[in-house]
Amino acid sequence: MADLTKLAKLLQELDDQMVGCMKCGMCQAVCPVFAETMKEADVTRGKIALLENLAKEMIHDAAGVQEKLNKCLLCGSCGANCPSGVKVMDIFLRARVIVNTYMGLSPVKKAILRGMLTKPALFNALLDLGSKFQGIFTSKVDDLLGSSCSKVLSPVIGDRHFVGLAKQSLHSKIKALDTPAGKSGKRVAFFPGCLGDKMFVSVAEACLKVFEHHGVGVYMPEGQACCGIPAISSGDRVAYDKLVKINLDLFSKGGFDYLVTPCATCTATIKEIWPKLMDEYPATMRDQIRALHDKVMDVNQFVVDVLGVKPEAPAKGAVKVTFHDSCHMKKSLGVTSQPRALIGMNPKYELVEMAECDRCCGSGGSFNLYHYDLSKQIGERKRDNILATGAQIVSTGCPACMLQMTDMLSQHGAKVAVKHSIELYADSLR
Amino acid sequence: MPSAALIKEFEAIVGKDNVFTSEADRQSYSYDSAVLEAVVPALVVRPTSTEQLGKVVRLCNENGNPITVRGAGTNLSGGTIPDPREGIVILTNSLNRIIEINEEDLYAVVEPGVVTAKFAAEVAKRGLFYPPDPGSQAVSTLGGNVAENAGGLRGLKYGVTKDYVMGIEFFDVNGGLVKTGSRTVKCVTGYNLAGLMVASEGTLGVFSNIVLKLVPPPQASKAMMAVFDDVNKASEAVAGIIAAHVVPCTLEFMDQATIRYVDDFTKAGLPRDAQAILLIEVDGHAGQVAEDAEKVEKVLNKVGATEIKVAKDAAEKFKLWEARRNALPALARAKPTTVLEDATVPRSKIPAMVKAINDIAAKYNISIGTFGHAGDGNLHPTILCDRRDKHEFERVEHAVDEIFDVALSLHGTLSGEHGIGMAKSKWMEKETSKATIEFSRNMKRAIDPKYILNPGKIIGA
Repeated sequence: MADLTKLAKLLQELDDQMVGCMKCGMCQAVCPVFAETMKEADVTRGKIALLENLAKEMIHDAAGVQEKLNKCLLCGSCGANCPSGVKVMDIFLRARVIVNTYMGLSPVKKAILRGMLTKPALFNALLDLGSKFQGIFTSKVDDLLGSSCSKVLSPVIGDRHFVGLAKQSLHSKIKALDTPAGKSGKRVAFFPGCLGDKMFVSVAEACLKVFEHHGVGVYMPEGQACCGIPAISSGDRVAYDKLVKINLDLFSKGGFDYLVTPCATCTATIKEIWPKLMDEYPATMRDQIRALHDKVMDVNQFVVDVLGVKPEAPAKGAVKVTFHDSCHMKKSLGVTSQPRALIGMNPKYELVEMAECDRCCGSGGSFNLYHYDLSKQIGERKRDNILATGAQIVSTGCPACMLQMTDMLSQHGAKVAVKHSIELYADSLR
Repeated sequence: MPSAALIKEFEAIVGKDNVFTSEADRQSYSYDSAVLEAVVPALVVRPTSTEQLGKVVRLCNENGNPITVRGAGTNLSGGTIPDPREGIVILTNSLNRIIEINEEDLYAVVEPGVVTAKFAAEVAKRGLFYPPDPGSQAVSTLGGNVAENAGGLRGLKYGVTKDYVMGIEFFDVNGGLVKTGSRTVKCVTGYNLAGLMVASEGTLGVFSNIVLKLVPPPQASKAMMAVFDDVNKASEAVAGIIAAHVVPCTLEFMDQATIRYVDDFTKAGLPRDAQAILLIEVDGHAGQVAEDAEKVEKVLNKVGATEIKVAKDAAEKFKLWEARRNALPALARAKPTTVLEDATVPRSKIPAMVKAINDIAAKYNISIGTFGHAGDGNLHPTILCDRRDKHEFERVEHAVDEIFDVALSLHGTLSGEHGIGMAKSKWMEKETSKATIEFSRNMKRAIDPKYILNPGKIIGA
């Protein structure tokens, strides 16, 4: 019991935020996890009630609460729909740090998050090596989607159809960049993100092509680390702090106007989460984080809002494209019209909206690893909405969603390509 | 905790996955939307067919376990808080099939766990209309709506849930299936048990199927907003509109406190000095709508509204409604705890009621914003407080008591649409009579001898 008292004390710091939940239950209407399980402990109201009870020592099974707490996509749909404006993401991220630190991380998570992710050089080297050997264990299933499956690895990865590591990562193609502003007069720092660097290299390359076309100078330093979201959503504050520090050291230099990423999740993490969790950092780090908060921008938003790219009338090409609003892009960053504008710039395409275009695809980062069946059920609803449009391409602004949608479409044998909106725009440029 | 043997029996009926025994799962069914103490159930059972539902009810009765049936758990009077004596929560959210939507005879048959808004959307797809629209409709279940006789914004013209219940099949405590009402407009076969089940809050039986009436939707509508420098004028406007033989589909009221909270939240530039705002919408045939709107405008001018805005199109209508849509969100954000009441008075008594509420707020030094359905006299005095502040919350409880006192003295009622539950049961006798409570208890004892059907609700223990 003494242990629970300590955990309860730690959780009491969340009380001021949790007390705002009036238990109205409106989160049930939008939670993708609840839609599948229909269990109160899987929806925000239930999770907050459990955390409150843990903080009041009214519940003894802390591991039970931990399990419920981690069974969440962190998609933010509930927060965006909350009548009393409860800061759900704040509560859940902090609670995950408290509860998961207290209960302990699994050895596997620890090895990945602390042993690899926080050491970019090692992480890169291991994955570069991996990309050379992955063909031995996996077989291609869909050329259009670029997906593979693996019999040998199935005990680990199940029946997933995954996007493999790129043959050559971005950092091994282009070590670093440091070019001056061109005709646009702007210079950006480019943060491709782990998936942009290692899997969807074409997305990162599309960004670079767009920057070059518009005369945007690029600062892309070597040794970039993960933005920290996998660590913090696993409640690993130690690894998270290390990752933030590595990136701050790189991006406090370079003299740029904007920090641009093609990953809505990375953008949202840098913009929203870094400032939320900086109270314990020294003043210089807090200043750096504030500066980056003002400068970080999703690539779609940068091209449309800063560079002023906008179609006079949306294209009405032969190829139908539908767009998925990733949770971080819409619910955290409020970016919705810009990627659609970019798709409208390419005369080959016509945008057709899908039903529930802003409903979570079910990826949720490591949620997909720990709750694959649930993630798949949520993803299949997204897949069905995509298929119902008859589009040949589904586009989005988040590489993690691209992975999930690729898996869902590939397993279904659907001939729908998955593309980042910046790729579709880059494709229209000479 | 029930015995392992009993848990096994429940598992045999509904399957292992649908019996929740873990502490975390049980605790997440210990509360609803009412500001009351939580009670953790001993067990949570989720039937996936109505046949299972009947067996579960019977098993509970055999073992003397109190039953609380739960849909979405949005109850505002504690009706879905389980009983502390080995209480069992029965979930209806897997009983969510729409069995039939009959477009010829204008009715639908549903299981109790169907979500209200989803049902309304399905009905709308077929060109029909299910009007009851409680504030929680995005998540609330039809079973819960019937058990509470839920209202909503359209009450004045279209009525409330009870006006749409044509028939109910429900399980008695022994798991016997009772059938009442029918799919016909007229039905005088036997006691009107369906009528009795409406608003019974789970204390008399457990719903299996519900037959709901559907209507053709209005073809056109028109919305307007009127601003008043005096609550009395707003009330005169309401009376004047009715006297002009116009029945608006919605006639919503917001007091000054609410206007200011909404303006703080939305920065929409609402008239902060106004004493009241009315939002009025008329619907029906296009010609009639135009005529009615004209009549309403005339009344508004006559009673001296300081400003009248008429929406020209759907976009403007959406904008006009923004203030009302944001009433609860704005109030809820102002302070940690939101106590949402629904004392209701005859509509002519609204100015007296609003004045009394403001006096009570001043007397107890608490913040109250009042909004609600002016056409029904159904106000929502919303008390903004922090339940962690014991002294303040005591004052809140006194204030609530006084609000009920005033409502009753104005020939009003304790609850327009939220139900009595546990929160208001101590007031029942004051509004009704000793004999009413005795009659109700005698009836319950005859129907439910072991007192297992949601005990403690409406008529106390």
